[in-house]
Amino acid sequence: MLRLEPRREPSAVMRALSPALAVLLTLIAGFIAFTLMGYNGALAIEQIALAPLLDPVRWPDLLIKAAPLILIATGLSIGFRANVWNIGAEGQYILGAIFATGAALATWEMSGRWILPLMLVAGAAGGAAWAAIPAFLRVRWKVSEILVSLMLTYVSIQLLYYLVRGPWKDPQGFNFPQTRMFSDSQTLPAIIEGSLVHLGVPIAIAVAIIAWILMSRSLFGYSVRLVGMAPQAARHAGFSENRTIWATLLISGALAGFAGALEAAGPFGQLVPQFPANYGFTAIIVAFLGRLDPLGVIAGALLLAVTYVGGELAQTSAGLPQAAAGVFQAMLLFFLLAVDVLARYRIRVGGPAHARAGA
Amino acid sequence: MAAPPEAPPLLELAGIGKSFPGVRANDAISFAVAPEEIHALIGENGAGKSTLVKIIYGVQQADEGVIRWRGAPVAIPSPKAARKLGVGMVFQHFSLFEPMTVIENIALGFDHAIDRRELERKVAQILSAYAIPLDPRRTVHTLSVGERQRIEIVRCLLQNPKLLIMDEPTSVLTPQEADRLFDTLRQLAREGCSILYISHKLGEIKALCDRATILRGGKVVGSCDPKQESTRRMAEMMIGAELKTVARAARAGGGQERIAVAHLSHPAPGHFGVALKDISLSVRAGEIFGIAGVAGNGQTELLLALSGETRSAPDMITLDGRAIGAFGPGRRRRLGLCAVPEERNGHAAAPDFTLAENTVLTARQRLGLVEHGFIATAKTRDYAARIIERFAVKAHGVSALARSLSGGNLQKFIMGREILQTPDALIVSQPTWGVDAGAAAAIHQALVDLAARGSAIVIISQDLDELLTLCDRLAVINEGKLSAPLAISGVSIEQIGLLMGGVHGEAAQRREERAHAPA
Repeated sequence: MLRLEPRREPSAVMRALSPALAVLLTLIAGFIAFTLMGYNGALAIEQIALAPLLDPVRWPDLLIKAAPLILIATGLSIGFRANVWNIGAEGQYILGAIFATGAALATWEMSGRWILPLMLVAGAAGGAAWAAIPAFLRVRWKVSEILVSLMLTYVSIQLLYYLVRGPWKDPQGFNFPQTRMFSDSQTLPAIIEGSLVHLGVPIAIAVAIIAWILMSRSLFGYSVRLVGMAPQAARHAGFSENRTIWATLLISGALAGFAGALEAAGPFGQLVPQFPANYGFTAIIVAFLGRLDPLGVIAGALLLAVTYVGGELAQTSAGLPQAAAGVFQAMLLFFLLAVDVLARYRIRVGGPAHARAGA
Repeated sequence: MAAPPEAPPLLELAGIGKSFPGVRANDAISFAVAPEEIHALIGENGAGKSTLVKIIYGVQQADEGVIRWRGAPVAIPSPKAARKLGVGMVFQHFSLFEPMTVIENIALGFDHAIDRRELERKVAQILSAYAIPLDPRRTVHTLSVGERQRIEIVRCLLQNPKLLIMDEPTSVLTPQEADRLFDTLRQLAREGCSILYISHKLGEIKALCDRATILRGGKVVGSCDPKQESTRRMAEMMIGAELKTVARAARAGGGQERIAVAHLSHPAPGHFGVALKDISLSVRAGEIFGIAGVAGNGQTELLLALSGETRSAPDMITLDGRAIGAFGPGRRRRLGLCAVPEERNGHAAAPDFTLAENTVLTARQRLGLVEHGFIATAKTRDYAARIIERFAVKAHGVSALARSLSGGNLQKFIMGREILQTPDALIVSQPTWGVDAGAAAAIHQALVDLAARGSAIVIISQDLDELLTLCDRLAVINEGKLSAPLAISGVSIEQIGLLMGGVHGEAAQRREERAHAPA
């Protein structure tokens, strides 16, 4: 019989090892699942998990996919540390794109270096405003921010549909549901000549590093960690829980919105109904994979970017459905949470150890 | 021993040993409890008493050694097996469901289903046989701690135990309640039930016990007849060193007023909280003011109000004449008022932060541990090291997690963190709760020294001896109301005890009369 026995101290080795173990288990489970479904399991795994890493042509793609994940997951990891569960980053991400697009449409036919920063700031403001709703409700009436932020995601999707099909529809767009294409002043410059790698990539990495410094060294980071770990001690220390809720939700909302603005002004170059790409939800996995640590988030985001790019590859080469990448990502989170148990418990075979006392 | 030589001891431990990673909790422990004996097990915190008792009660298993019951070796793999053998235990922390009645709670404690009417009959029998004042129909959340403890005792007695283990039973009782408990225990012993009594309060061991086994560092370091031995001698055996008495210079009485609380009232937080009702007190520079009372009478709420975790009207609390009632803890600290709550893990300290990080919790304002929004790591480490050195905290350096420290050592660290800031006013709840005698003396000395420098100190404690040694004046809190202050010089334990009982005491008496009426 297998038994879980609590450890006296959480195992540092297991904590470091568990993401790798989770990846391994995901690969094995994926192989079994795809094989049972009648696909070439080995090929599917190879395409999803290995091909994007082995082929240098895919590397820019990995960076482009990782950038929004890094930004959003960095914001989420700060909130999660304080036990503030913003599950609606997808909605804030969409609002960021909407605000940035709004700024772009308002500056239509203008040019200048100030336009792009304006769009990005508008995007961050949009995401923060969307996150302010669950923050207000939580602080004022103790409404769960999990539910409010999640449900607002669907509101934001409908808002996006309304705008691209209604007031913001491109007049020269043959009635397609999409906005105008952004002008050159409204588009992110590529940083590697001839590739699609845009300015958002270095910005995302810089943001993660700054967040890491803030979280580990500043009094703000200290207060956030303390509120999450020991709320009563935080009150004793004189940190306000409400202020922490506000700050973490606004930060994660702003970063999600910022990511949305970058994505709109970068790879998309306009607003379309297909804009929501589940980055906001995937970022939750990234945050946990990265151990709620902004530097870990960078690694986690690259890993998830692999499944995005690999999922697309596997669609053409192994004939997998589009949902395959999603299944993969979900399994990753599932296994990570499961494996984490091993950090706090050890597996013992057999019944409780009986003492020799008085035998 | 009380038993004739030919009868084997009821319980005999031979060479019991138990290790945890990094700790030798019990090492070759041998002693015996005779039939009808009240046997004390005394020792400092961390001496291995709890581990040993858990082994006897089957909660944990020994690594080596033999347990003999009436002369025959036995294995006690679980508490159920212990109960079957005839061992009952009353834990320090009760396992009771607050919204349920006494009798329902008792029924839940059984290993098997039991007929309700039969149970009520048996309970009534026990209550009258031992004259235990307790109404089986009351819901638990309306009961005082002393009454709750009686439920646990009745639970044990229903099993007809041959050995009853009591773990620090008087820490939550008024002196009168403790006396009543001792009567019950003496009667039990006369009727053939041995008692293993765990405590560090030597006075009551002298009054109650026939024999004492003294533990230190996981080993038996001696045994004695507590009625013959002096408490000082027993204390010295316990700590393995000579006991220091707190040196206290005579204080000038006329310091100026530092902390003043005027008509402080606050509604009860949540269902089981206590409302503060019109509390007033005043503490002068250099004065130590004690607040006595049975746990759960508003001490926690009062500490939160004084520390700033709950706010009040500005002029309800003043510090050096400045109205601070509306300020939060950070601002009050900056003005010179520090506080130590009773619960250390998760309130006074963050268990998963290192000791260095834990200094930031309450010392950042007064010691400048934060510069330009960033934590001055070197300064926090220095300060933590200073506390460790000055208060002899046993820890693996400043990077040790707070949770890795024993309760007593963490308490020393927390007390040190506040005292070394030399606050103008210090509010402390249970300063030496769970701290060994040697460390308690060190903390007491530090508090007295702090007062001598002109700070005003408020000590909230359930330990009357502590308050009587340290304080100049004390008041008693009962159901959220604070009595008038009493000068220590002219007060008797009985007087304080009556105040502690307060309304509780009268109500208990009424219930007692009711319980006796039908009998």
